[in-house]
Amino acid sequence: MASTVNDASPAVTQAPKRRRRRLGRLTKKEILVVLGMLAVPIVVDLAFVWGPAIASVVLSFFRWSGVGGLHPRACRPSGGLIQDNGCFTGVDNYHRAATNYPPFWPAVEHNVLWLLVFIVIATPLGMLFAVVIDRGIKGSRIYQSVLFLPVMLSLALIGIIWEFVYSPNYGLINTIIGHNQNDNLIDWLGNPHLNLWAVLVAATWRQAGYVMVLYLAGLKAADPALREAAQVDGANAWQTFWRVIFPTLRPINIVIIVVTVIESLRAFDLVYIVNKGSNGLELLSVLVTNNIVGETSQVGFGSALGVVLLVISLIPISIFLYQNFKRKEGR
Amino acid sequence: MAQSSTGSGPGAAGPAVSRRGLLRAAGIGAGALAVPALAAACSGDSGSGGTTKGGGSSSKITFGSNYSDPAPKQAFASLISAAKAKTGVTTKINTTDHNTFQNNITSYLQGTPDDLATWFAGYRMQYFANQGLLDPLDDVWDKIGGNFPDVAKNLSKGVDGHYYLVPIYNYPWVVHYNKSTFADKGYDVPKDWDSFIALCKQMKKDKIIPLAFADKDLWPALGMFDILNMRINGYDYHMKLMQNKAAYTDSEVTKVFDQWRELMPYLQSGANGRIWQDAAKTLEAKKAGMMFQGTNQVAAQYVTDKKDIKDLDFFAYPAINPSYGQDYMDAPADGFIMPKKAKNTAGAKKVLEYIGTKQAEIAYLKYDQWDVGLATDLVAPTYNDIQKKSATMIAQQKAVAQFGDRDTDPAMATALEQAIQKFIGDPTAGTISTIQQSLAKQAKSIFHS
Repeated sequence: MASTVNDASPAVTQAPKRRRRRLGRLTKKEILVVLGMLAVPIVVDLAFVWGPAIASVVLSFFRWSGVGGLHPRACRPSGGLIQDNGCFTGVDNYHRAATNYPPFWPAVEHNVLWLLVFIVIATPLGMLFAVVIDRGIKGSRIYQSVLFLPVMLSLALIGIIWEFVYSPNYGLINTIIGHNQNDNLIDWLGNPHLNLWAVLVAATWRQAGYVMVLYLAGLKAADPALREAAQVDGANAWQTFWRVIFPTLRPINIVIIVVTVIESLRAFDLVYIVNKGSNGLELLSVLVTNNIVGETSQVGFGSALGVVLLVISLIPISIFLYQNFKRKEGR
Repeated sequence: MAQSSTGSGPGAAGPAVSRRGLLRAAGIGAGALAVPALAAACSGDSGSGGTTKGGGSSSKITFGSNYSDPAPKQAFASLISAAKAKTGVTTKINTTDHNTFQNNITSYLQGTPDDLATWFAGYRMQYFANQGLLDPLDDVWDKIGGNFPDVAKNLSKGVDGHYYLVPIYNYPWVVHYNKSTFADKGYDVPKDWDSFIALCKQMKKDKIIPLAFADKDLWPALGMFDILNMRINGYDYHMKLMQNKAAYTDSEVTKVFDQWRELMPYLQSGANGRIWQDAAKTLEAKKAGMMFQGTNQVAAQYVTDKKDIKDLDFFAYPAINPSYGQDYMDAPADGFIMPKKAKNTAGAKKVLEYIGTKQAEIAYLKYDQWDVGLATDLVAPTYNDIQKKSATMIAQQKAVAQFGDRDTDPAMATALEQAIQKFIGDPTAGTISTIQQSLAKQAKSIFHS
């Protein structure tokens, strides 16, 4: 390879061509800069994302309270209160989660339901808001602010606000509909057949505003000429949107699908505020927290639940990446 | 589970705060309360017999406190300034929000803990002592042992028989009522189950909810399970069940739930969606006739809501099985521990020796209207009627339990709490047998037996 000095003069004269050259033709200095810029995020990524993820996988095969070290030996039965700690249990934690941990399957089910509600209700609702506001109705800015306001609140705060709305004796809804007496009250957050839906209303209340803002951005970016052309061709509003505008929103749609999946998998705050994710509000994220955080924790068992959540998250991530790369290669 | 972090803490309360968090309302945060630096007033007491680790001077210690809510914070400050006056040891209090303190206790004890810390009696202390995270306090107990009854001593011992805790107060779980309601309607305090049910029926006729009830926070109804179990099967069986030496599929447990079913029509409905503070408000408003919970919660709520605490009274849960009568109840105790990694153990032990006296408990109780001190025959001059009666009643017990989630493995307590919510939602014989089987299966895997 030519020395830096010799290399310098052709580099200046052939600048446009050079840009297309591969890594091997970069100068040492450039390679150092590239390596440096790659190294920092890689180290951070390994230390704070992959490290903990791999540690969780390892821990999920142990029975550990977070005190003392881990031992490679198998666990011994204790019978009493104080138990063997830091010992290897194999896949016992997973087995227990799947067969003998009542909140587990409801949690998986609720996570799926959460995703479905976001896709089927929250997203179309947000789209509807966006389209209506985009048509420039009177006071659209006020509507826009009102609908977006919940997005600016933390989910923990939203949980508290809706608790006041749903509270059985003193809540807004029961007071208005006169069901706040002891013999006729509707137990919105305590009845396991009702509470998930009640919480999903609160979650949708926020998510729809989020989706609306993303779609508004997309709609504003759509070329007005398309709309005019459609109108000249005699398309009505419905046709204009679905046949002309919606196809141009493709990149936004992908962003929204990703956001929806992420938001539904990381759902946590609302149910945790309401009842710590019990009695009909089980979610995987809450079960992980319930087992790991606290004064006497089951780090191994909680990690196993975390690994299950990781595997579930990998499914949409893989599909998204596969789709993305396939499209790029196809070009 | 720990997270659920339900343990009994002292408590006054804002809405929607966990029991442990009661007095430490969220938002107080981890502020350090500096004790005014008084000139060290030397006491005539001899120093402690403990060893000094790490070469710390014996005149300065730090104290990790979870008494983060204003009232107990003030009470604790009063205790510490009294300790300084008596022992000459300057104490720096590091207050942490209650829930945060609880959730971090494992890493706290393994990291760089303070010389002393606030904690709970019974299994919750034994769990950490057993893992070598606490220092034994046997030499402290040699000096303060005479001040406490055996019940308090047993609560302060680890499974190895050494002492690991110096207790400060406890409070009973009892049935509360308003004196005025009972006087107006001519109700009598029920002593046994039949008169209890009869009273409930009468209240229902009088359009009063017999028992205010809430279980949104998961732990309050665990107290109901505890007391029914102790009334029907006795303290020994209750402890066996808690320690996995008896099975949840036992007919004894079925009896507990069957008895509960009988009471179900008289409990405030919709309990799974109600926080206990709201249940206490129905008692305050006299819409409900009675409420079974700790005085530490109900009386403290009366104080918080500025209701007439003089109208509040209570009685021990009615007897069910005549062979046990009213011999047992839940009376959770709180106290102080010394972490293994404490630096100034000599100074810390000096302070603990003071805390383990009647005078120290009185200094604390000056600002507390719902808990009672644990020292023998203690009647603090500041006690109100609730506290006087609590002290007498606890002293009469043959044994006291700590509370479901303090007497068993936290994971098991959570499983039981969730099973109870299921039972409350659908109190049928079918539910009972389903949850009994599920609990037995879970106990097997939680205890690895």
